[in-house]
Amino acid sequence: MVMGELTQETELLVIGAGPGGYAAAFRAADLGMDVTMVDLSERPGGVCLFRGCIPSKTYLYLSELIHDARRAESMGVFFDPPRIDLNALRNWKNQVVDKHAEGLMTLTGKRGIQLIQGRAEFESATRIRLYESEVSHISFKHAILASGSHPIPFPGSARQKNSRVMTSTQALELVDIPESILVIGGGYVGLELGSVYASLGSRVTVAELGESLLPGVDPDLIRVLERRLRKLFHAIYLNTRVLELNENPDAVAVRFKGEADPESQRFDRVLVAIGRKPNSQAMGLEAAGVAVDGKGFVTVDAKQRTSNPRIFAVGDVTGGMMLAHKAMREGKVAAEVISGKPSAFDARVIPAVVYTDPQIAWCGLTETETLRQNIPAQIRRFPWKASGRASTMGIEDGLTKMIIAPDTKRILGVGIAGRYTEGLITEAVLAIEMGALVQDLALSIHPHPTLSETEGEVAEIFLGSATHVLNPGSGPRNP
Amino acid sequence: MARSFRMPDLGEGIHEGEVIAVRVKKGDAVKEGDIILEVETDKATVEIPSPYTGTVVQVLVKPGDLVKVGDAMIHFDGGKVISAEPANLAAPPPADFAERLPEASEASAVKPGAGPVPASPATRLLARELGVDLRSVAPSGPAGLVTAEDVRGHAAKESPPSPTSPPDSLKPETGQSRPLAVQVPPPLPDFSRYGPTRRIPLRSIRRATAKQMALSWSQIPHAGSQNAIDITLLEAFRSKHKGEIASKGGRLTLTVFALKAAATALKAHPNFNASLDVAAGEIVLKDYFNIGVAVNTEDGLIVPVVRDVDRKSLTDLAIELNETVRRTRDRKTDLEDIRGGTFTITNAGAMGGGFFTPIINYPEVAILGLGQAAWQPVVIENKTGLREIVPRLMMPVVLCIDHRVLDGADAVRFLKMINNSLQDPEELLMTMV
Repeated sequence: MVMGELTQETELLVIGAGPGGYAAAFRAADLGMDVTMVDLSERPGGVCLFRGCIPSKTYLYLSELIHDARRAESMGVFFDPPRIDLNALRNWKNQVVDKHAEGLMTLTGKRGIQLIQGRAEFESATRIRLYESEVSHISFKHAILASGSHPIPFPGSARQKNSRVMTSTQALELVDIPESILVIGGGYVGLELGSVYASLGSRVTVAELGESLLPGVDPDLIRVLERRLRKLFHAIYLNTRVLELNENPDAVAVRFKGEADPESQRFDRVLVAIGRKPNSQAMGLEAAGVAVDGKGFVTVDAKQRTSNPRIFAVGDVTGGMMLAHKAMREGKVAAEVISGKPSAFDARVIPAVVYTDPQIAWCGLTETETLRQNIPAQIRRFPWKASGRASTMGIEDGLTKMIIAPDTKRILGVGIAGRYTEGLITEAVLAIEMGALVQDLALSIHPHPTLSETEGEVAEIFLGSATHVLNPGSGPRNP
Repeated sequence: MARSFRMPDLGEGIHEGEVIAVRVKKGDAVKEGDIILEVETDKATVEIPSPYTGTVVQVLVKPGDLVKVGDAMIHFDGGKVISAEPANLAAPPPADFAERLPEASEASAVKPGAGPVPASPATRLLARELGVDLRSVAPSGPAGLVTAEDVRGHAAKESPPSPTSPPDSLKPETGQSRPLAVQVPPPLPDFSRYGPTRRIPLRSIRRATAKQMALSWSQIPHAGSQNAIDITLLEAFRSKHKGEIASKGGRLTLTVFALKAAATALKAHPNFNASLDVAAGEIVLKDYFNIGVAVNTEDGLIVPVVRDVDRKSLTDLAIELNETVRRTRDRKTDLEDIRGGTFTITNAGAMGGGFFTPIINYPEVAILGLGQAAWQPVVIENKTGLREIVPRLMMPVVLCIDHRVLDGADAVRFLKMINNSLQDPEELLMTMV
C-alpha cells in the first residue's frame, strides 16, 4: 500500500471516537450500517477515557479513601498515614484506562466498524481528507461530527513542554505532587482535580472569577461542598482575577486582583481550568456546508442535523452541557435518524454530577433558574442530619432538595449535595422523565436505611408529613 | 444522475414478494420497459419492467430475497425517467440516493415555547412514531400526563378504519412482518438435543400458503359434512363425451362436472356464495360465481379462479379449465388469475385421496373436496323391489362450511344438491344453470 494514497468509501463516517462518536458508531452498526470511525488516537475513548472522566474519577476514588481513613479515627479505627507511590498510582490509572480502551476496541471490531487513525478535514459535503493516516480520503453518504472540545489555555500563555502551567490533561498525568498548586477556575474540573492534589498532600489554592464556585449551581448545594473544601484547600478566592502568570524554573509567580491576599504569590504549579472550546477549527466545516455559531459550536437541531442534511454533529462540539452522557445520547439519536427512525434528542433533563467529596448532583430545573426566569416553583429541602444512613457513615453534611410545580405538583428538578449523589440523582431523572408527581416519589417505598430515602422524604415534606423531620411547614422559598 | 429502483406497490395489500430472477447485472445498459426482475407475490410471478433508461450501477437483490414495497433493488446511473406507468404496475417513486435523508423541515415532537407536555420518554417516542403531536392529545394521566394509551387512542381517532374494511385481525395476512399465526406461538424446544436437524426457509408459495391457512383456520369455525356419491352414470357419460371434448382442446374431468354442479348449488343457496364482514356485522352475498380450483404444482398449491362458471357450458369449462391448469403448472398465472373467487373446489381424487378435511379459502365461506372414485359394493333396490348388492362407482365428497355463516343443515342440503347433480347427468343437464 502506498502511504496516503488510499481512498475509501463508507455509508457512515464518524469523526471522533469519544463517547459521542463511539455511541453513534455502535448504534449505527447495530442498525446495519457500514460504519467507519476516524480518531486522532489509535484507540476509541476520547477525552473522557484518556484525559477526562475515567482518569479523574480513578484518582478521586483514592482521594475519598484517604479522607475516609482519616475520618475513621473519630469512629475508633486508626490507620497509619498513607504512603503515596506515585508510579504505582499512575500505573493503576493506566490499567483502568487500558482495560476500557481495549474493551472499546473489541466492541468496535466485533461490530465490524473500521477505526482509522488520522486527522479529518472536510473537502466537500461528501468527502474528507485525512492527515497523518494510512488512508488519504474517505467519501461518505452520511457523517457524524463528534470532534469534541479542548481546554481553553490561560490568555496570552503559549503552551511549553513540561510547563508548570498545566491544563486538565497535564494535571491528570500526575508528574509530581507539587507542594503548592493554584487552580484557576472554580468549576467542576478545577474543584475535582484540586481535591485530588489536596488529598495527595498539595497545598491547593483556588481562584474563581465569579462570586461563587460552580457557577449556575444552587447556592445551598454549593455551601455543603464549600464548607468541606475550605478545610481541604489552603484558600479559595472568589471574585478574583488572575492578572499574570510568570513561569520561573522553580515556580510560577502569580499576580491576582480581588480577594487574594497577598496579591502576588508563588506556586509550584498552576492548573488552568477555565472552560473548554469546541474542536471545530481547521476541519473544513465551511467546505462541508456545516454552520457554526459565534463561539465555534456546530449548530444542530433536535435530530442532531447540521446545516448540511448529510452531516450530523453530537457532543461537546455542539455546545450545551459538555458531558459524556449527553454526547452518547446525541450520538445514538444521530445514528437512528440517519437510519430512518423517528428519533430525536428530547431528554427532559440531563443529569450533572460533580465528583468532589461531598459530591453535588442535579437534574432539571434549578432554584437559581426559577429565580432568574421568574418561574413559579416550590422548593423543599431535606437535611441529611435527619438521615439515619448518613449518620452511620458520618456524612451528615448533605442536602436533598426538590423543585416542584405549584399547580400540577409535578417534580421539575432535584439537587443533591452529599456522598454518593451520583447514584441518587438517577431516581430523580427517571421521575422527571416519566412526568412523576411529588406523590409518586413519596408513595414509592424507599429502602431503609439508605441515602435514597432522602428523596422520598423531601417529597413527604412537600406533602406535609415527613417521618424523620418535624414541623414541615412550607418554609421560605429562598434559603 | 443516480437512481434507485425500488420494489413498486403492486396494489391490493401486497407488501412483499420474493425475487425469483434478476435479469440484469452490474454494468448492463437497460432501456425503459426492459424486464429487469421477476418477483413472486402471493402466488403469482410478476415481471417487472425498468422505468429508467440507464446503466445498472449495483444490483442489491438476489433470487430468493424477500423484498418489501419501497426496498431499493437496483441502482441505475444516467436515469431518464419515463412518465408512462409500466404495464400493470403503479409507477415506482423516482427515488435517488438522497431519498433517505431525513426531512429538513420536520420538527421535533415538542414545540418550543410553552413548556414540555408531561409524558414518559417511551410515550414521546411512540408519538413520534405515530406522527402524533403531544400537544393535541387529551391527557388521561394525573395533572395532564399523556400516557401511551392516550397517544394510541389519538392516533386511532385521526385515522379511523374505514367501516367496510375488516379490523386488523381479520385482514388477510399479506402484511409485511405479520406473524404467520394470529397469535405468536410459544418458542420451539431445542430439537437438536434429540438429534440432528436441518432448517429450510419458509418461502414463496409455502410461505403464502402457511399465512393463508393459518388465517383461515384461526378465523373460521369450520364444520364438515361428507357423502359418497354414486357417479356410475356420470362416469359413463364422461367416457362417452371426453373424446369429443378432447378434439376441441378440452379435458372432460370430474372437476368440470363438479364446477357446474357447484355453481348450480351456489345459485340455489346464496349464503354459500358469500363472505362475512365482521366489522360491519353483515354477510356479503356475491351475485357472481367464480370458483377456485386447487392445483397442485411442483412448487406447491395454487388456486386459480374460473370466472362466471354459471354462464359457461360444460364444453367451454372443460377447455378453459384444461388451459388454466396447464398455465398454473407452468407458473404462468398472474395475480388476477388467483383473485376474486367466491367458492373453492379441491379434487384430491387424481392422487388417490379419499375422505379428507379441506380448509376454507378465507374470506370464502365454504369449500368442496372430491376424493378418488372407486368401485364399491352398494345395496340398491332393483326394479322388482328387491334389495341387492351391486358394484357402483362411488366418489367421496366433503363440504366444509364457515359455521358463523352457515349451519350443518345448510351443508346437508347443499351437498344433497351436489349429490343429485353428479349422480344423474340428466339431472345435472336439466337443472344446470
